[in-house]
Amino acid sequence: MNTLILRTVAPSLTALMLLFSVFVLLRGHNEPGGGFIGGLIAASALAIYGIAFGVPSVRRAIRFHPMAIAGFGLLLATLSGLLSIVLGVPFMTGLWIYPVIFEVELPLSTVMSFDIGVYLVVVGAITSIALALEQEPGSDAEGEN
Amino acid sequence: MAAPIDLSAALILSAPPLADWLVVLPVALMIGLGAVLMMVRKSVRLHGGIAIAGLALLVILDAGLLWRVWTHGPVTMVMGRWLPPFGIAFTADLFGAVMALAAAIVALAAGIFALSDIDASGRRYGFYPFLMLLMAGVTGAFLTGDIFNLYVWFEVLLISSFGLLILGSEPEQIDGALKYAVLNLIGTTLFLIAVGYLYAIFGTLNMADIARKAAGLRETAPLTTLTALFILAFAMKAAAFPVNFWLPASYHTPRVTVSALFGGLLTKVGIYSLIRVTIMLFPVEREALSLIVALSAALTMLVGALGALAQNDIRRLVGYVVIAGIGNMMAGVAIGTPAAVSGAILYALHSVVTMTALYLVAGEVGRLGGTWALSGLGGLYRKAPWFSGAAFLLFLAASGLPPLSGLWPKVALLKASLDIGAWWLAAAILVSAFLITLALARVFLLAFWRPQPEPVPEAAAPGGSAVDWRIALPLGCLTGLVVLFGLLPEPLLGLAQTAAEGLGEPAAYIQSVFPGGAAR
Repeated sequence: MNTLILRTVAPSLTALMLLFSVFVLLRGHNEPGGGFIGGLIAASALAIYGIAFGVPSVRRAIRFHPMAIAGFGLLLATLSGLLSIVLGVPFMTGLWIYPVIFEVELPLSTVMSFDIGVYLVVVGAITSIALALEQEPGSDAEGEN
Repeated sequence: MAAPIDLSAALILSAPPLADWLVVLPVALMIGLGAVLMMVRKSVRLHGGIAIAGLALLVILDAGLLWRVWTHGPVTMVMGRWLPPFGIAFTADLFGAVMALAAAIVALAAGIFALSDIDASGRRYGFYPFLMLLMAGVTGAFLTGDIFNLYVWFEVLLISSFGLLILGSEPEQIDGALKYAVLNLIGTTLFLIAVGYLYAIFGTLNMADIARKAAGLRETAPLTTLTALFILAFAMKAAAFPVNFWLPASYHTPRVTVSALFGGLLTKVGIYSLIRVTIMLFPVEREALSLIVALSAALTMLVGALGALAQNDIRRLVGYVVIAGIGNMMAGVAIGTPAAVSGAILYALHSVVTMTALYLVAGEVGRLGGTWALSGLGGLYRKAPWFSGAAFLLFLAASGLPPLSGLWPKVALLKASLDIGAWWLAAAILVSAFLITLALARVFLLAFWRPQPEPVPEAAAPGGSAVDWRIALPLGCLTGLVVLFGLLPEPLLGLAQTAAEGLGEPAAYIQSVFPGGAAR
C-alpha cells in the first residue's frame, strides 16, 4: 500500500494509537480497558506502520524481536505473581504501594505490572503474526538476518 | 469507607506456609523459564543449558511437593488469597503430585536427548521454549484444583504441542499436525461445553466444591449426561477407541523427541483428567456408564495391539503400543474399585516412563539403522550391544513381562477385573499384552537380531555406533527406573494404593481446600 496519503498519515496515526493504547492500558484498572485491549491497539498501530513503510522498518523501529517482547511480558506477569512469596501471601495476591511523588499519591500495584505484562504479551504475539503476514513473499519469514 | 469490612469472609488472612508454595512454583518456574528462553531466542546455544537446569529444578520441586503431600496430605494454595470456591485453587493430592513428578523426570530425559536430536534450526524454531510451556501446561493440569483452570492448562499444552509438532515445517508434519489439531480442538471444545454445563448445574468450578455438592444434586440434575460428555472429551484426548485414529496419524511425523514427550505425557493428561473427574467427582455416574467405558477399554487394547502388529514403521508401531496402554488404564476407570484405580495409576506412571523411552529407542534405531522401516533394518545388536540390551528391557516392560515395571499394573488390573467377574475384560488385557509382546518381539527380531538385509551405503546411515552421552544418559536413566520399579514395586504400589483411596474418598482433598468445612 504505497500511497502518499497513507505514508503521510501513518507516522502520526501510529504515534497516536500507541499513546492511546497506553492510556487504555492504565485506564483498565477501574474502567473498561486493560492490558489485552491496549495491546491489540498497539499491535494494530505497528501493523499500520508496517503497511505504510514495509516490515523491515517496523522491525527496526521496535528494536527487539516481537517474540522477545512477548517473552518479557510473560516474565513480568509471572514475577508480579511471585512477588507475594516475599510478603507471605498466596500466589498472585495484589500488592499495593502508595509513593507520593511531587505531592501526588501514586497507587502502584502488582495488578498493574501484571497487566503491563499482558499488554506486552499481546503486543509481541499479535505483532509477530501481523508482521509475518505483511512480509513480502520470498523474503526471510522470521526476519532473522 | 467508615464501616470496617470483615475481610475474613472473602480473603485468606493467615500467611500460607512456605511449603505450600511447592504447588505453584513448578508451573511458575516453567512459565518464567519459557519467557526467558523466548527473550533469548536467538542465542540458541544458551537454550539447552537453561532448559535442562530448569527441568532439573522442576524435578526437585515436584519431588519436594510429593514428599510434602505424602507426609502432610493434600496441599492447596488459592490464587490472589480469595477464599475458595471464588479464588482459583491449586490443589495437589498424591495422584497429581506423583504424576507431576513422573512428567518432570521424562521431560528432563527428553530435554537431554534433544541436545542430540534437535539441531540448531529446530532450536531456532523454539523447541526449548515450547518444551517449557508444554511442561507448564502438563504440570498445571496435574496440580490444579479447578476444572475450568484444567481446561486452561489443556489449552496451554495444546498450543505448545502444535508448535512442537510442526518443528521443521515439513509437508508430512503439517499433514499430521492438521489431523492432530482438528481432533484435539474438537476434544477441548467438548470439554469446554461440559464445563459450561457443569457450571450451570453446580454454580462452582472448584473440584472439591463439586465433589461435596454432587451428592445433593444427584436426584435432580442430569449428572450422567454431564459425565458422559466429560468421558468422551477426555477419551478423545487420551486416544481411546473409537476416537483414537488421530494418534497414529500424527505422532510419527515430528522429531522423535517430540513424539517421545507426546507419547509419554499428553495422552496421560487425558487419562489423569478422566480419573480425576469420574472417580473423584462423579463416582455414581461412572458406575452407570461403566459398561460403555469397559467396552471402549477392551477395544482400545485390541485395536492398539493389532495395529502395533501390523505396522512396518517403527514410530507408528510405538504409537499403537501407546494406544494399547490407554486401554489398560481405561479398564481401571471402568472397574472403578480402589484396587483397579490404583492399577490404573500405576499403569499411568509406568506408561509415562516406558512410552517416552520407547520413542527414544525408536529414534536411536532410526539413527543407527538409517531408516524407520522394519523391512530395511537389521544388525543393530552387532552394532550397538548396550543399546540393544536397554531396548530389550524396555520391550519387556512395555509387554508387561516380569521382572519389569509393566508387570505390576497389569497384575493389579487383571486381579481387579476378575474380582468383579469381568472375565472378558481380563481376557482383553491378556490378549492385548500377548499381541504387544509379539509385536515388540518382531521389532527385536527384525531390527536387532537378524543381519542387515543389504548393506546400506555409508551416506544413508550417518549414525555411527559411538556412544553419545546425550543419548545414553536419558535412555539409561529411564531404563533404570523401569528396572527399579520392576524389582522393587512395594513403595510405588503402596503409593498408588493410597492415591486411589484418596480419590475414592476425597475427604482429605476437600478438607485441604475448605479447612474447617468453611461456609459455602
